[in-house]
Amino acid sequence: MFSSSMIMAILPELLLLTLGLLVLIFDIIWKKKESGRNLGWLTAGGLLLILVVSAFLAKPAESALVFGGMLRYDMMGYVFKMLFIFGAMLTTLFMMDSEKLGNRGESYILLLVATIGMNLMASAADLIMLYLAIETTSIPMYILAGFLRDDKKSTEAGLKYLLFGAMASTVMLYGFSLIFGFTGTTALVAITGFSVPLALGVIVLIMVGIAFKISLAPFHFWAPDVYEGAPTPITGFLSTASKAAGFAVLMRLFIGLFPATGEFADDWTMIMAVLATVTMTVGNVVALSQTNIKRMLAYSSIAHAGYALVGVVSVAKLDAGELGVGSVTFYLIAYVMTNLAAFGIIAAFSKIAGSDEISAYAGMSRRNSGLALAMLVAFLSLTGMPPFGGFVAKVFVFAAAVKAGMIWLALVGILNSIVGVYYYLTVLKVVYLHRMEGENEEAHPIPLTRPYAIALTVLSFAILLIGVIFGPWFDIASSAAQGLF
Amino acid sequence: MTFPILSVIIFSPIVAALIILVMPAERKTEIRMTALVTAAFALILSLWVYLNYDQAAAGYQFIEKYAWMPQLGISLHLGVDGISTPLVLLTGVVMFTGVIISWGIDDRPREFFAFLFLLASGVFGVFVALDLFMLFFFYEIAVFPMYLLIAIWGWVKTREYAAMKLTLYLFIGSVIALVGALAMYFESGMGTFNMLALETANFSPEFQKIWFLPVFLGFAVLGGIWPFHNWSPDGHVAAPTAVSMFHAGVLMKLGAFAALRVGIMLLPVGAQYWSWLILAFATVNVVYGAFIAMTQTDLKYMIGFSSVSHMGLVVLGFATLTPEGMTGAGVQMFSHGVMTALFFAATGMVYDRAHTRQIPELGGMIKPLPFVGITFIIGGLVSMGMPGFSGFVAEFPIFMGVWMVKPWVAILAVISIVITAAYIMLAIRRTFFGEMPKEFEGHITPISVMDKVALTLLSGLMIGLGVFPQIMVPMVATGVENVLRLLGGA
Amino acid sequence: MDFLSSHLLSVILFFPVFAAIVIGFLPKGEDKLVRWTALIASLVPLALTLVLWSNFDANAAGTFQFEENYIWYETINSNFHIGVDGISLSMVLLTTLLTPLAILASFSVKEKVKAYMMLFLFLEMGMLGVFLSMDLLIFFVFWEIGLVPMYFLINQWGSKNRNYASLKFMIYTVGGSLGLLLAIQLLGVLFGTYDLAEIVAGWNALSDSTIVMGMYVSTIKTITFWAFVVAFAIKVPVWPFHTWLPDAHTEAPTAGSMILAGVLLKLGAYGFIRLVLPLYPGQSEHFAGWLAFLAVMAIVFGAFGAYGQYDFKRLVAYSSVNHMGFVLLGIAAAAKAYGTANAHIAMNGAVLQMFNHGLSAAGMFFLVGVIYERTHTRDLRKFGGLFPLVPIYGGILIFTSMASLGLPGLNGFVSEFLVVRGAWGELAGYTAAGMLGLLFTGAYILKGIKNVLHGPMNEEWAHGEHKLTEINTREIVVMIPLMALMLSLGIWPSWLLTVINNAVTALF
Repeated sequence: MFSSSMIMAILPELLLLTLGLLVLIFDIIWKKKESGRNLGWLTAGGLLLILVVSAFLAKPAESALVFGGMLRYDMMGYVFKMLFIFGAMLTTLFMMDSEKLGNRGESYILLLVATIGMNLMASAADLIMLYLAIETTSIPMYILAGFLRDDKKSTEAGLKYLLFGAMASTVMLYGFSLIFGFTGTTALVAITGFSVPLALGVIVLIMVGIAFKISLAPFHFWAPDVYEGAPTPITGFLSTASKAAGFAVLMRLFIGLFPATGEFADDWTMIMAVLATVTMTVGNVVALSQTNIKRMLAYSSIAHAGYALVGVVSVAKLDAGELGVGSVTFYLIAYVMTNLAAFGIIAAFSKIAGSDEISAYAGMSRRNSGLALAMLVAFLSLTGMPPFGGFVAKVFVFAAAVKAGMIWLALVGILNSIVGVYYYLTVLKVVYLHRMEGENEEAHPIPLTRPYAIALTVLSFAILLIGVIFGPWFDIASSAAQGLF
Repeated sequence: MTFPILSVIIFSPIVAALIILVMPAERKTEIRMTALVTAAFALILSLWVYLNYDQAAAGYQFIEKYAWMPQLGISLHLGVDGISTPLVLLTGVVMFTGVIISWGIDDRPREFFAFLFLLASGVFGVFVALDLFMLFFFYEIAVFPMYLLIAIWGWVKTREYAAMKLTLYLFIGSVIALVGALAMYFESGMGTFNMLALETANFSPEFQKIWFLPVFLGFAVLGGIWPFHNWSPDGHVAAPTAVSMFHAGVLMKLGAFAALRVGIMLLPVGAQYWSWLILAFATVNVVYGAFIAMTQTDLKYMIGFSSVSHMGLVVLGFATLTPEGMTGAGVQMFSHGVMTALFFAATGMVYDRAHTRQIPELGGMIKPLPFVGITFIIGGLVSMGMPGFSGFVAEFPIFMGVWMVKPWVAILAVISIVITAAYIMLAIRRTFFGEMPKEFEGHITPISVMDKVALTLLSGLMIGLGVFPQIMVPMVATGVENVLRLLGGA
Repeated sequence: MDFLSSHLLSVILFFPVFAAIVIGFLPKGEDKLVRWTALIASLVPLALTLVLWSNFDANAAGTFQFEENYIWYETINSNFHIGVDGISLSMVLLTTLLTPLAILASFSVKEKVKAYMMLFLFLEMGMLGVFLSMDLLIFFVFWEIGLVPMYFLINQWGSKNRNYASLKFMIYTVGGSLGLLLAIQLLGVLFGTYDLAEIVAGWNALSDSTIVMGMYVSTIKTITFWAFVVAFAIKVPVWPFHTWLPDAHTEAPTAGSMILAGVLLKLGAYGFIRLVLPLYPGQSEHFAGWLAFLAVMAIVFGAFGAYGQYDFKRLVAYSSVNHMGFVLLGIAAAAKAYGTANAHIAMNGAVLQMFNHGLSAAGMFFLVGVIYERTHTRDLRKFGGLFPLVPIYGGILIFTSMASLGLPGLNGFVSEFLVVRGAWGELAGYTAAGMLGLLFTGAYILKGIKNVLHGPMNEEWAHGEHKLTEINTREIVVMIPLMALMLSLGIWPSWLLTVINNAVTALF
């Protein structure tokens, strides 16, 4: 039963694995001291190669179940995989100059393994496979979050993430076992025939797990601490690619289990809508009062999960489904670019300035106008201003909600994005308007190392590109929907 | 294929902004020259569009259409009609004069001009967009650079507060209108954001009645409509001169224009249903704005509130839904744009030298600054609606339109003219005439030749339009005809 | 020449603007050059007016001649439509005559000469425009334009209290024009045109009981009638709207007062004749009593007011109120007796009185200016017995005062007689009361002459640094045309009356 499509279906993962092995080998070969950056370049270059190769070779012609129904080889998996690999590549660049992270081969390997896990999450078509993929992703991330052993906050972050993550996984696993117990199968396509208590139980239990992964309120409380404590590039990866993977699972799972034609579509739609409302509101409102930029972005990323969820809500409506999936995917693409850029800038800045307090950003535009401009791009995109990706993404998500007839949800989203305007602009105000103490910014430049410069340039242009020429991107995003239904 | 003039107009400022951004920050003169050349280029192109608009043919012209996102029916669909052509010209004029006036900005001019041009692109875009999505796209682009422009280069005392207030107000307004636009998109079932197509969508009356107010008011916030005008004077005052010019001169028109284009033209039944309410709001605008302006002692606040009053006339004209009223409103947008640009330019010149805008602290400025004084007076006369100047040409038909709908409103709104005459004359006298305070002697340096060019251009336009209304009004009238056709051939 | 003859009116109207712009480009500091340019430029419209006069068909004075019609504001159907008939022709003549004289009179202005002259020329255009307009909107345009230069003339070149006076002038007149503006708009809305002839026709064709815009036509007519009346009454000015006038005059520079009294006040009266009576014959007739009442109050209170003044200029200013009262009385009589011989006589008197008052008021203000320039006071109590010091000035002053007083043989008598003659048969009571006012006219003028020229001489002016100097040649040159016209109109008024009469008979 072996066919070439089976290889193609896991081509990116195979390549990632190969790259991981290479890094492992070179980590031993190269001398310790200067090896860090070289390994980084190797990883980043390898990821770029993988991205290009898989983009051309691994694109599925039509959806198919492979490996005995464990994986689904379809457009949705493909799109998300490319996104993860891209995210990993940029994260690598950010990691290279990060202290105690960039010069350790292990960190790159862990990142690659996590990426493999995400790839599998995006294409898993069986509950068992799904669970394995989630764990493959999570365990390296637990380690990466607590990677800075000498740093109390980082250690705390790692441990916290591990404990809550493990608990959430357990609950989700319990949900999976319920499904298996009642229906006798773990293959997503084959699961049918829910009774009311079962359906509710499954929805609640699985949602707990996923909500944890994508940090939906009220399962978000771990996120700010972990985000703050973890090394900044890892936080970036955690808040973007990892979150996107969670959304991929969410969509695949729920469309598979409770299709719009089924009887429970309305129930889970309602649950999602409420979750979206709570998440957006909590994220934005709490973000208002933050003084640490990492914590602020942590809450903002919670809010962004809420916006994306607005798009998910419409997935369960008959005629809005495709727009829903397309808009969520588009949102995630834009969000990954934007948030990666934001955390990259923070990493670059705090490396020199040594602080993550918002007040430390005073006078930044005079210390490095290019970095300030990148920050402007990223933050305005987060705010949802054109011509940046965030604007178009938000419009599509809200459009999906309007199309699904949930205008109230769109309005909630809009009110929330207004709150967002306030705190994002406040940061930009500090960057552009306030002065350093002594007003001698010229004496405190912020030099950018090459990896940062490359990564930030790429991301800024990507954000702009998504925001201006959104047609092709939306094509890609909505092709993810094609394989799904 | 013809020369895509409208896209060139929209995108040349953006290109210039990018070029300016990569120039070294120390080369301020080169940066300014680049800015000036770009602005002149945009002005010439917009003038060309204006002169080549075929009034006999009317309708939308210079149409360009590129599929942008066919999946959702979004296209880069550009074109101008009789209403938007003058506004494009206005933007070109304000942009050009704004760059001249900002010559003296010394703090990070690179970023300043880049943001200013981004703003200009957005403004151009809104005026020529025929696609609902693109209209929003450009609308937001026009709004957010304001925040930075005001917050960074604005008046130290209030800039942070004013910039944030302004941004939040405008953002709220626009996103609420956005929901309305999305609702229209799906309700029509045509799967297109093309406004020309949506005009024919025949939305049900119930739908129109529900959505007209959010859409119209959402945009009209930027037009400074009462009771959502509060951001505007604060914003004017805090903004640096060129930004005030842009803000009052062009941005406020953006709100009124979009409210017309999206609110009235796409939801005509809703417009008819709610016109009384809009009329009431606008009347309050007109009268209340004038009263508040009279009580101001800060020159810029006075102009800011007078803008609220004058923009009220624009909305008033639209709300009449009559050919006269709407034509007048269209002309008023141009006239007021030029007028406030002039006011803010002149005020900026006085402030730069006297370092105060408090009317009681000024005096005798006409001696050292005769040119500024005379042009300010001309602006004042326009503001009062003095015949022979553009303000009259614009306001007269508006009042005629109001007569046709609600005679008592016309009588009420006319009060604003007397009040305007009073405060403008007082301000002129106290600022430019009388004794010059001792401490200014020797400090008031003459303005440059470039400043004079800017002031001459602005005041020349107002007199030209006032004496020869034919150079613009018939064009606006053709645009209004189209609106009226949508309103049911009234 | 073809262009000139077919565009004569536009050339007269816009030449001052052209000249003003030229003056604007003259080099700085060349005050003399500016003055002479302005004077010569202002003589051009006068010369052209004389050409106009000679080519004007006096027998057809009731119809508009030299008409020009261009599209101005297509959207609201307003055209740049100008023309002259007998009434406006006389007013145009008055304007183009007084402007050069006023400019000549202002040669003594030392400050900001350039701006001063430019404003004066703009003012001339505004006034001429009002007299020439045959389109309601154009009428309004010029009506308002005239305000601005006047405001600045008072505000910039006036005396101590100029800020207050100029603002009062502005607010009063703008306030008055508001009603006018609204009424014009209403008419425009009703008829879709602003052409005067068309509006008159359409308006009179509307039956009073028709309902337009939710109101009876008669109601609309009454409302707009009063809007027009108030606007014009303020300008005339008619009691009780006259309080801005003495202030404005007192503070205005001499030449400003000359034009203000000589021409600007006529705008109001002209408005009555050109607009109110033709548009609202019914209402005018109905309210003629009220108008006459106001007129008489103006005559009486103007005379009393003048008598009570110790400021020479204020005295002359109040005399304007008094004299313009006769104009309004004539108009009221004409309104009352529309279409009869009495009406024609009264109207003839009113128009002629406008012209005459233009001459005498301009002369009087100028003479006040002459003495003020020398003594820097206008307080009548500080003068006295000046005749021996300045005999020529004294003679001219007496001559002009007599014209103003209505001495037979001089112009004032003719017009006041005609007004009274026409009004007697229609509004006897009011006319009688007006005659009483005339008595006081004599009183205050004599009081003025007495205080200035006769009585015990105030020694202050006889010797030393304050020694009064005689009126100079330039000033005499200003007065000569005025006096010549006063005399000629007193003795042989028919050269002007024919033109006026033909127009009046045709129109009323």
